[in-house]
Amino acid sequence: MKEMMTLKGGWNVKYNYAVGPTGTRFFKALKGEAKIIAPKCPKCGLVMLPPRSFCERCFVPIDEWVEVGMEGTIQAFTVVPVKFESLPDPPYAIAYVLLDGAGTAMVNFVKNVDLSDLRKAAKKLAIGKRVRVVFEKKRKGTIHDFHYELLKP
Amino acid sequence: MQAAMAALDDAGMTMEDIEAVVYSMAPSEFLGVNEPDRWCVDAVGGRGRPFMRIHTGGATGISAAHAGFYHVASGLFDSVLVVGADKVRECRDSQQVLNTIWDPLFERQFGLTTITMAAFQAVRHMQIYGTREERMALVAVRSRGNALNNPVAHLKGRITVDDVMASPYLCWPIKKYDTCPSSAGGAAVVIVSEEKARKRCTRPAWIKACSEVANTVFLGDQMGGMAQMDFADSDILAMAAEEAYRQAGIRNPRREIQTAELYAPFTICELSMVEALGFCRKGESGRLNEEGFFSMDGGIAVNPSGGTLCANAIAITALARVCDGALQVMGKAPSGMQVRNVRHAVCTGEGGSFQFHAVMILGDDD
Repeated sequence: MKEMMTLKGGWNVKYNYAVGPTGTRFFKALKGEAKIIAPKCPKCGLVMLPPRSFCERCFVPIDEWVEVGMEGTIQAFTVVPVKFESLPDPPYAIAYVLLDGAGTAMVNFVKNVDLSDLRKAAKKLAIGKRVRVVFEKKRKGTIHDFHYELLKP
Repeated sequence: MQAAMAALDDAGMTMEDIEAVVYSMAPSEFLGVNEPDRWCVDAVGGRGRPFMRIHTGGATGISAAHAGFYHVASGLFDSVLVVGADKVRECRDSQQVLNTIWDPLFERQFGLTTITMAAFQAVRHMQIYGTREERMALVAVRSRGNALNNPVAHLKGRITVDDVMASPYLCWPIKKYDTCPSSAGGAAVVIVSEEKARKRCTRPAWIKACSEVANTVFLGDQMGGMAQMDFADSDILAMAAEEAYRQAGIRNPRREIQTAELYAPFTICELSMVEALGFCRKGESGRLNEEGFFSMDGGIAVNPSGGTLCANAIAITALARVCDGALQVMGKAPSGMQVRNVRHAVCTGEGGSFQFHAVMILGDDD
């Protein structure tokens, strides 16, 4: 058969994701105190972001939390110039940043970069560049309560 | 069903000879039909037989082949069909689906996709080893050229580095031609006991090694700080390969392996993987590729089929690597795709967020 039929369809499923005790503690500190706190492994000392209730490396539960710094270093980044269904409107820059005092890097938008020229933007966002955490004025207790900005845009 | 029939025909067997079926099926969201093992069971001969679905994301096809091997190696079964099919092409928004593999509380909101994941690997590889975009592009050039000899490749043709460089950025530094297509396809292999293989086959592909290693879900744990490995390097694949080489008695992979079929959905993945497999030192792959070491007539022919860059029907992409690796050992690869004197073929799969790595080594009689 030369041309076969197709049938349009889709899934649209809603969820209530449990944030859990670890996530709730993290997001409450974000919203209420404008602080980024992270669990610290009692055995190896790894400070983990995003926060977790146990250390994956030592396989032990964690109950100690520390506050991390408001600046950090880019470890990886990208700029997305095209639109994907249900994903953020382009262009946007995202980076994994190792915040001072943390042992792992956490992703967020980098918002103060001119993205009109992709190659120039990529140079500005290089690995090793310093960024700071900027909190939103009205915080809702979600990961969007803060974003990163380059220290020297 | 077409894949199952083709594999059975090649083995000189019918469904009557098959004792159990392993069904290779990755996420079902691309198909848009939930739990496809339910409705595909008849098409793969599962009815009335032991039947199980295997799923490790992109690594699914190798994991399924491993499961087939374990069935036979356990002594419980003599002949097993490993089979699957996928229709990623029917999904209009595959990156929307792939975005949902990330944590809904902390990461998904930032538009993470498998393409951004490749970008993170690429920027680190570029930073650490000085890898250039043009060297990534050459992987696509070679792959599509190889795919000309593969009748079932989705993308194929003579393209240039300039063509790749001129293709639009999907996310910096990953361009459209650095990226695999959304494909539809099926694949199957028949795995039998040694006794049956010797009776039925003049030159079987022997399974010399099966290994798999998993890694943490968090990409940010693999870059800087207290990272135990670097996201630029496929260190988990290196661990899986080390175990596979031990099982297969391979001491010098660069000398003892003639061809490799790798699950590399982006050009940067292949550069990172050939380093992890010990085909060269870290950071050397781009230069060696440029010198032709991974070409059909080079030291190790990587992806004679064109590989994942030229066809990605996710559920069976890694199983296709096993099919193509086996054909190479059996001397049955299509004309032009056949590598000369293949003693060992390495097949890999990679699933999750560059997270589940699986290696199968196929070899000749010795």
